[in-house]
Amino acid sequence: MSTHFLSVESLKKVYPSANGTPNPPVFEDIHFHIDKGEFVCIIGHSGCGKTTILNVLAGLEEASAGNAFMDSREVKGPSLDRGVVFQSHALMPWMSVLGNVAFAVKSKWPDWPKDKIAAHASQYLEMVGLGHAIHKKPAELSGGMKQRVGIARAFAIQPKMLLLDEPFGALDALTRGTIQDELLKIVQATHQTVFMITHDVDEAILLADKIMLMSNGPHAKIAEIVEVTMPRSRTRAEIHHDPQYYRIRNHLVDFLVNRSKTYAGADAETFHDPKNPPLVRPGLDDELAAVVALPTQQSVPALRQVVNH
Amino acid sequence: MVSKFTLKAAFISLMLLLVFLGAWQLATQPRESTAVIGGDAEYAALMGKGEQKTGFPTPAMVGKSFVTYLSDPFYDKGPNDKGIGIQIAYSLGRVALGFLLATLIALPVGFVIGMSPLLYRAFDPFIQVLKPISPLAWMPLALYSLKDSDISGIFVIFICSIWPMLLNTAFGVASVRRDWINVARTLEVNPLRKAFLVILPAAAPTILTGMRISMGIAWLVIVAAEMLVGGTGIGYFVWNEWNNLALPNVIFAVVMIGVVGMFLDLFFGWLQKLVTYRE
Ligand SMILES: Nc1ncnc2c1ncn2[C@@H]1O[C@H](COP(=O)(O)OP(=O)(O)OP(=O)(O)O)[C@@H](O)[C@H]1O
Ligand SMILES: [Mg+2]
Repeated sequence: MSTHFLSVESLKKVYPSANGTPNPPVFEDIHFHIDKGEFVCIIGHSGCGKTTILNVLAGLEEASAGNAFMDSREVKGPSLDRGVVFQSHALMPWMSVLGNVAFAVKSKWPDWPKDKIAAHASQYLEMVGLGHAIHKKPAELSGGMKQRVGIARAFAIQPKMLLLDEPFGALDALTRGTIQDELLKIVQATHQTVFMITHDVDEAILLADKIMLMSNGPHAKIAEIVEVTMPRSRTRAEIHHDPQYYRIRNHLVDFLVNRSKTYAGADAETFHDPKNPPLVRPGLDDELAAVVALPTQQSVPALRQVVNH
Repeated sequence: MVSKFTLKAAFISLMLLLVFLGAWQLATQPRESTAVIGGDAEYAALMGKGEQKTGFPTPAMVGKSFVTYLSDPFYDKGPNDKGIGIQIAYSLGRVALGFLLATLIALPVGFVIGMSPLLYRAFDPFIQVLKPISPLAWMPLALYSLKDSDISGIFVIFICSIWPMLLNTAFGVASVRRDWINVARTLEVNPLRKAFLVILPAAAPTILTGMRISMGIAWLVIVAAEMLVGGTGIGYFVWNEWNNLALPNVIFAVVMIGVVGMFLDLFFGWLQKLVTYRE
């Protein structure tokens, strides 16, 4: 066991198959750790097991082997210490927006009086810019607004860690940008520890301190950990002016397009140790050459999302 | 625009009613010639008002029944002569009791077997066998073991309304969205709170559908049950009037059964609307 805030060791998941023949493990030998206050994104092709890892961290699913520790305690079952934002927002449609957040607040602090719960919940709804809509039902909100309620609900219980499963996957690019900005602001203010799944390379660079790259499944592994070396005070408007941005972006896209499938074979062991995935900093020029040959800067792929769509 | 549509529909409904009444009137109209030539006035008198041939009452005769019974619905002149309001109240009372008992059992049991796939499978064969049994088939057993016709009627209502409620509750609970359960789990919501604040509201529309179906069946069954056990109730009223050969009263009661059934259904439809959520 290590001294990191969250550490994952030798995680493996095998789903039972329908007909009895053993399935190959979705992923195995997953090792990584997250420090307090870090924002970590995980990127990988569809089906490589990202959601499964997140569910194991959330305690919603059990791993077939390996452990996860948070705050030196083993993750066993769900806990109020870990707030989850679900991909499909998962708001309860029979409760108002305020009711949804208050339900979470009351779960965390059962002894609080009603008005304190309501005040606390509205404060977090205001934080995501929904102060005007607290009495609406989720069905009356747009997709982006619903997702923001989900975020407010997760933040309102002040968890030690946030787990986000493609929280903006279903949103259009414009709404997505606005909410990314909001999340960035909140995270910078609260120094929340976050683990987030995304398919959007730009989103990962904007938000993350570290980006974990997952190879394709089955037998998926953590292939590499990319450190985003740009200063943390990033904004969506200015990030494109930083030359590091394109280097990191090219590195990520190159991985997803060309390299993510090369980690499955037996010969992968010769160049890759899943227990210690290499930490790379493609944003810094000199290390760039050492890691991988990149296409030139002008040929930035036009793909915004290379995965899944 | 909607109101115009409604108006049109109401107009057509009214026309249909008038056409129906007209046809009825034509079909049952007394024919003077037969009344005179037939000469069996005694038999005709026995059949009712003694002025028609077919024996089937005319709309006017049924209308008279409506007026007589509805003008004084709550009189009570002994066991065989009670106002229609009292009879319906007896039937509704039995239905309410049987239905309530069924609800008290079907909801918790349905909840439990909906939560547990194992119990669902274990209960399933029993439910599948018991469900298609006509509730009236239970009557002899009920009369024998309960030794009371009133309680037997209530039991029959109980047994017929329990299945749709049980099955719908189990199904509704079993198919609550995984996401909502997961939200409750990550919030470490205690089981009771989870049951009442997450699963129950999520399954409520399905449960209410089951209750609505149950109530429909219960109202169908109570008439038949009361014809069998006698004593009181709208079913007994129909049977009694048939024995008196008072067909206009029978028709009146039949219409009342339909009207009450419609209001019961409307009430459950309203409840259903109340708990339905839009996603
Ligand atoms: N309940 C399950 N039973 C069997 N197999 C499952 C189950 N859930 C997931 N899988 C399999 O596990 C693999 C990983 O699934 P997972 O949902 O974790 O992928 P993902 O990386 O989140 O994909 P996506 O990016 O599309 O969300 C998939 O191949 C999927 O078929
Ligand atoms: Mg997923």
